Parts: sequence; C-alpha cells; structure tokens
Amino acid sequence: MWARAVWLAFRSGLGGCQAFSTKANFQVKVEQTSPVTHAPRVIPQGSGPITVEVIEHLERLALVDFGSREAVARLEKAIAFADRLRAVDTDGVEPMESVLEDRCLYLRSDKVAEGNCAEELLQNSHQVVEEYFVAPPGIKNPSNTAE
Amino acid sequence: MAAPILRWVGPGKRWALAWVDSSSSHRRVSPNGSASHRMREQRSVAQQSLHTAPKPRKGGHKWAAVVGLEVHAQISSNSKLFSGSQVSFAAPPNSLVSFFDASLPGTLPVLNRRCVEAAVMTGLALNCHINKKSLFDRKHYFYADLPAGYQITQQRLPIAVRGSLTYGVFVGNKRSHMATKTVRIKQIQLEQDSGKSLHDDLRSQTLIDLNRAGVGLLEMVLEPDLSCGEEAATVVRELQLILQALGTSKANMAEGQLRVDANISVHQPGEPLGIRTEVKNLNSIRFLARAIDHEIQRQISELESGGVILNETRSFDHRLGCTVPMRDKEGKQDYRFMPEPNLPPLVLYDTASLPVGVEPQQVINIDQIRDTLPELPRVTRERLVREYGMLPEHSFTLLNEVGLLQFFQSVMKETRAEPKKVTSWVLNVLLGYLKQHNLAVNESPITPSALAGLLDLLDSKAISSSAAKEVFEELWKGKAKTAAQIVSEKQLELMQDQEALEHLCQATMEGHPQVVTDMKTGNPKAINKLIGLVRKATLNRADPAVIKNILERLSA
Repeated sequence: MWARAVWLAFRSGLGGCQAFSTKANFQVKVEQTSPVTHAPRVIPQGSGPITVEVIEHLERLALVDFGSREAVARLEKAIAFADRLRAVDTDGVEPMESVLEDRCLYLRSDKVAEGNCAEELLQNSHQVVEEYFVAPPGIKNPSNTAE
Repeated sequence: MAAPILRWVGPGKRWALAWVDSSSSHRRVSPNGSASHRMREQRSVAQQSLHTAPKPRKGGHKWAAVVGLEVHAQISSNSKLFSGSQVSFAAPPNSLVSFFDASLPGTLPVLNRRCVEAAVMTGLALNCHINKKSLFDRKHYFYADLPAGYQITQQRLPIAVRGSLTYGVFVGNKRSHMATKTVRIKQIQLEQDSGKSLHDDLRSQTLIDLNRAGVGLLEMVLEPDLSCGEEAATVVRELQLILQALGTSKANMAEGQLRVDANISVHQPGEPLGIRTEVKNLNSIRFLARAIDHEIQRQISELESGGVILNETRSFDHRLGCTVPMRDKEGKQDYRFMPEPNLPPLVLYDTASLPVGVEPQQVINIDQIRDTLPELPRVTRERLVREYGMLPEHSFTLLNEVGLLQFFQSVMKETRAEPKKVTSWVLNVLLGYLKQHNLAVNESPITPSALAGLLDLLDSKAISSSAAKEVFEELWKGKAKTAAQIVSEKQLELMQDQEALEHLCQATMEGHPQVVTDMKTGNPKAINKLIGLVRKATLNRADPAVIKNILERLSA
C-alpha cells in the first residue's frame, strides 16, 4: 500500500520531470534500505549541468522562467528530490487508476440547471469587451478561432 | 517500471495516428517509448500490405497515399459533458457557462449520463468493443478558451475500441459500379470541447467566449486505411449519416458539430510509410476531399523534386485551395497527460453483469442500448434495394441527399406507379431540377403528393411521358394546381379515341407517299418518321406504340 501511494504521487506530480530525467540521464545509487524505517536513502550522483536547450524546453512547457543561477539551482534540487522516488521498488505492484478507483462515478441526468450568469463570471475578468473575456494575445490556436 | 509510465507520459493520442510514419522517422521525433514502438512496428508491417494501390505518375514513379482521419462530433445533448449548462449553437457570448465551465476553484465535474449513452450507442453502431471500464485523463491545453488549462478526455482507456465502418465507393471505367470498403476504427473517446477565441490583432487582444467550453465531444480515431480525398469524403459522409440516424450528433459541419483532421503521408509501395503531415480546419466535406488530394500531390512533388516532408501541422486555405503550414506549432507539443483525479473509472454493465440494489439512473446497460439502436443507413439501403428492386447506387443517392429518402417514401405511399418509375423520377427529374436551381429537398416547389398524382396519371397511361415532363414543369412553377388539373387545362391527355387516331394516321400517310413507299420496301427508319409525324399532329398526346400498330395495320 505504501508503495502504491508513492507510485501515485509520482505519477501525478512528475510528468514533466520524467521526460526531463530521461534526457539528462541521472544516475542514482540506492543504499540498503534501513530495516527500521523502510525508507530508502538516495544519493543523487553526477546530476551534471543542465543544458540551455533543456532549460528552454522546460520553460516553454511550464511557462516558467528558469533564467537565473538561483532558479537553476532550485530546479536541480527539485530534480534530486524527485529522483528519490526512483529508489522505490514497485515491481509487481499494480498501479492504481485513481484514489477513487473503487467508487461509483455518479451520473447526472441531462437537464439544464446552470448557466445564465455571464455578468457574475465576467466580474472575475481583469478586462471585458461586451460579454467577452479579454485574454492577452499570447499563443493563438488557429484551429480553434471563431470566424 | 518504465513501461507503465510511458503509457501516459508518451506522446499520447498522437501515436494513435503517428504510426503512419515509418518507424524510423518516428524514432527521430519521439525518443521515448520502447513499448509503444514495438506495437507501432508490428502495426505498420500489417498495414503496408493493405496499401498497395499505386498511383501511376509520370516519370515511372508510383506513389501510394495513406490517409487517416480524426473526427470530432459534438454530442447532441441538452447540457454539457460535466456541467448543467445548456448546449446551443448561437447564444449571447458566455451566457451558457457554469462556474465549472469557467474553471472556478472548488468546482467539480459531474458526468452527463446522456453523453455516455451517446458514446456507447455510436460505438455499437460502429461495431466497436465497448470497454466496461474506461478512464478519464487530463490533456494539457495551452489556450485561453479552456481556462482550466487542460481538457478532460479519455487517453489511457477509451469508452470504445476496435470498430469498423463500411462505406461504398464507385468503381469501374464509368464509375458506375458500387463496391464496399471498410475502414477500421481505432477508438472512440469522450472529451470536452473548448471555447472559442476571437483574435483582435488591431488591439492586440483575444476575446473569449466559453459557451462551447465543456460541450461533450465524441472523438473518433480512424485507422489510416484510406488512400485519397474521395474515400475520406465518403467515409465522413457515411459517419455523418450514422450519427444523424442515431441522433447522437447533429453532425452539421457548417456549424462545427463535425470537425475532421486528416493525417496524410505518401510512400512507394513496398517501402516503409512516409512521414505524415496533419491537416486541420476541414470544415466541409468538399474541402476535406480537396485538401487531402492537394496535400498528397504536394508531398509527391516535394519528394520528386528531392525535398523532404516535415512532420508538421498544416491548415487548408479554401480561398487558395492549398494547405499551408500552421506557424504556432513549432516542434512537438507535450500534452502532459495525467489521470483525472476528480473522476473515478466509468463502469458500464450488460444484462449479465447488472448490479443489484443500485439506482437505475446510475446504471448503463450496454445490451439495452444495443436493443434500441435504430436502423442504420447501410441497412436502410439494403432494404431499399430489396423492397423496391433499385440499384445500390440509387439507394446511396437517396440517403446522401438530405430529406430525399423521406420524399421518396412519401411518394411511394401515395402512388400506384412502379417503384422503379418513382425512383427514376425522383432521382433523375426532381433531383436534377433541385440541383439546377440550387435548392434543398425541403425547398422543393413540388410536394410528394403532387409528384405522386403525376406518376399516377403516367402509370394509368392517361398521359405520355413527354406530356408528363411538361406537367412536371408546370408543377415546378408552383401555381397550386394538381397534375390532373394541368393535364385537363392543357389538354395533355393521351388520345384514347382510336377512330380519330386512325384518321390522323391515314391523313399522314396520304400526305407523305414517299415515306410510305420506303416503309413498304423495308426501310426501318421510315416507320419511325411516320410515327413522329403523327405524334406531332396529335401534339404529343398519342402513345407511339399505338400509332405504330395502326400504321402497320393500315399499310399492310
């Protein structure tokens, strides 16, 4: 059960890092598990420098700026922290679908019960034109532009 | 341990069609994925044998095109997939938005039963295996028209898989023959639609309307079993007819209820599959066919002039009639799929596995849905061929034109004329007039009962077929007269008066002795000339067969 929980946390939290760590190819040495705590101790070794290309890729995906020495150090620490999960032995453990996997998915009948609250919703918007939300130009999705 | 992670970290549904690429070219694009790679290689080997229809090209090169489709159909439902706001095509901006659709914190998705039923129904109609357990995932999304920043979809385990769709194509020299072909369906998944963005470049801002955000979609992923634009167009039309027959989607492309993306590659038969491009923005069946054929030709000329095909997304510019690269999608996007934490697995039942003591509203029985499936277009066509003895291609035309089948059946109900006669009049005359005047069937100035009346007159030999055409033209003008009224007003009835007809024949023969002599010497053209002359004298109101009889008798 403990292993499953960690597995789940790993799956939901570290999508981006997975792709990253395969690229950077970290080496992790696992020390013998302590019989008392069952907590594996991991010493990250030779994480190596993170290349400019990797940083640019991550920045684009995460919409986050890593462009300072401090930020890079923080990122490296985060990766080292996350890498400890790799030490957990999950062989033969079936991953959970969800923490709610044994619950019934409630089905709603197809009735209109919400909506008509544009005025209320638009109050949340920084800027409004007529009844539209206004977003900064940003990236366009040409396949989804109203004519 | 690596394999299960790759299952969801990998390029996700992209690989559903990504294997159109040769395995080597795909390796370049996506460095991860040993497990999915094995599958892809196996599949592309199996695939190659299916795509050997070569297209002869000048210069001795032969190219084969491989086309796969991804179809999004908006589910026809009252409310959205996960919220209770209304689904409607034209409404004031942001009026059909709930707190959940606007991604306000603390809101949770609640699945709409109708959308699940629609997905099961569509899956069954497309011969799919329905997964009794399916899962929801988040696919990250980078535009403001889905403010949560992700779309809920079904990536790991979709609701329906491994189906097929049969469609008819014209073959033969004169394209007069129908042959049936099959395209495999990889999967059908439930997912949310996004909102709409209006870009105001002048003021450098984007206006967001969330009315469409969260509407239920069926994404149908078709295997790349097609080889040209026409095939793709036929498949989409068939799919449209099926969805409309089921009522699971209105499938109107002009209103965006049916949207198609095409994955296209070309290769030399026997060689590995080529690198694919994806063409988006295909919002009519005609553009779909044109865009695909254009893209196939573009790839062939690119390769023949020594160029390379990039794995890119292109859009079809219908004004220029060609595909152009879409600039925003540089490189591969990482959708960062993850399990949707707020939705437990979706479990469906069949009659054998129905749970006891559960509220019926909470249970979806696949067998029960199967029993309520309506007649599908393929079956309707088979029935028409069987019941009315019509040609298969006629049954296709009847179904393809919106409302034409209903028109035909209404005429059939009211007339005594032979089904073949009715088919011919509806398909050749009526449809011809409608096309010529650019009208839809429901705009026809001639009602089914008016046509039925006309065909009755023809059937009882009260009028000749040329007179019938004249009556049809009068009916088309729409002066609220029946066929019978027009016939009596214009005196178009066939001359039934045998004596009067004999007199006319006699007079004609006397007037043209030379022709009569020719006829007697056995010139077959001569009698036809006489028949024509007599008919003219009767103002086309006499049956040529009857005239011929009289002439032969008189000259004997």
